[in-house]
Amino acid sequence: MNGAVPRISVRGLCKAFGPKVVLDQLDLDVAAGESLVVIGGSGSGKSVLLKCILGLLEPDAGSIRIDGQEILTLPRAEREAARARIGMLFQAGALFDSLPVWHNVCFGLIATGRISAHDARAKAVEVLAQVGLAESVADLWPAELSGGMQKRVALARAIAAQPDILFFDEPTTGLDPIMGAVIDGLIVDCVKRLGATAVSITHDMASARRIADRIAMIFKGRIIWTGLAGAIDDPGEAHVAQFVRGARDGPITMELRR
Amino acid sequence: MQRIADLLAGIGRPVIALFRGAGAIALFAAEAISHLVRPPFYGKLFLRQLSEIGFFSLPVVALTAVFSGMVLALQSYTGFARFSAESAVATVVVLSITRELAPVLAGLMVAGRVGASMAAEIGTMRVTDQIDALTTLSTNPMKYLVAPRLLAGTVALPILVLVADVLGVAGGFLVSVYKLGFNAGAYMQNTWRFLEFLDVFSGLVKAAVFGFVVALMGCYHGYHSKGGAQGVGAATTSAVVSASILILAFNYVVTEAFFAR
Repeated sequence: MNGAVPRISVRGLCKAFGPKVVLDQLDLDVAAGESLVVIGGSGSGKSVLLKCILGLLEPDAGSIRIDGQEILTLPRAEREAARARIGMLFQAGALFDSLPVWHNVCFGLIATGRISAHDARAKAVEVLAQVGLAESVADLWPAELSGGMQKRVALARAIAAQPDILFFDEPTTGLDPIMGAVIDGLIVDCVKRLGATAVSITHDMASARRIADRIAMIFKGRIIWTGLAGAIDDPGEAHVAQFVRGARDGPITMELRR
Repeated sequence: MQRIADLLAGIGRPVIALFRGAGAIALFAAEAISHLVRPPFYGKLFLRQLSEIGFFSLPVVALTAVFSGMVLALQSYTGFARFSAESAVATVVVLSITRELAPVLAGLMVAGRVGASMAAEIGTMRVTDQIDALTTLSTNPMKYLVAPRLLAGTVALPILVLVADVLGVAGGFLVSVYKLGFNAGAYMQNTWRFLEFLDVFSGLVKAAVFGFVVALMGCYHGYHSKGGAQGVGAATTSAVVSASILILAFNYVVTEAFFAR
């Protein structure tokens, strides 16, 4: 990274749930316009990291800066304004069951008064087209959609407000490989079109290779390796190498009870 | 000495947990109420909840009120006949219905129907990240989900209880006149003669309190549910049980406030 102020800068982030330490003095920088993928095993703290940056969880200690501005000490209103710059794709979509697709897509725009409910459907159709969905989908309910379509609607909702930061939580989990590739392609297209900074978390290496400019690995609550996506197959770090190969033997051991 | 310490710790732990829980619920309620007086306001959501809690609870509350009035008339008659005091049946029915049975039974029925549904809906939203999604979409979940439900519960239950008052008295009238042979005019005269404004008003105040309690318990337990389907199930059970107990407890408190001398 050059000397420019990172779009997102995390320093000394700590978060524990009772005795379980999930984030332990975690440091991470994401440059403006960069697509960073954070890889790591289940329970390594990936989702907690995203939730802390989003303000959904309160860290125990540390600093989170967006464009150099510390967000943890901001008053609530300014913190909410900072959060409004971030679009989020949740792992399971998290679409609102009680609202039709078009309202889901434009929910944030309506909530912030940037669009009237009257104009929202037309706007939703426009955004749905960007993720390859037809107009007819706009009037369906989330329960009527397949898993892949739900992910695409959730992606449409994340990009509808044209945020300059996008977070993707396990974007391909639960999808078949082809649909996973389609979603990854849409993510790359959307990030490029918006000129956004993207942070994705995944343990799907195929997805990480497709999305990432840079990859970071989290292990035991800390970032233990960062490098360009092209360097992931020869990382020069034993934990990363084992994770990428999916090898059973190596420094990462699973605590199995026999 | 150690045994005494263990015993005291065993008593202290649940007591502390009880106070901690009560404090958490009070803070939750205070935050939700604060959103009722600060914009933006979600009028459509309030009306939807009013319809869900009020209109759709009408059949179950109506049936409960009618049958309660009928049973009350029958039981009062068989009891009072021993003292040749059958003429008091109408008064007993109307006072029991307006002061106690209509608000308490309506509250309990709504706790079962609406409290459970609120806890399940909000709990499912919690475990499927929909509440987090609301936050990321610049929407405060307390304002969007909880505040309209609390207001709707507080407004809807008194309306339901007014209907239950009328139907409960009608149930007593039907049994008294068509089964027990009371004169219809005399029965209605006895019904009105001893009924005071305070009897109905206290029942409506109780209903407002119970409606608030039912919505609060449904929202609180749903909002804090965790652990998937099992967690949502546990939240639903907790919402109904805690609302039912609180209804009975607040019934005493409000009765004491209105009628203690």
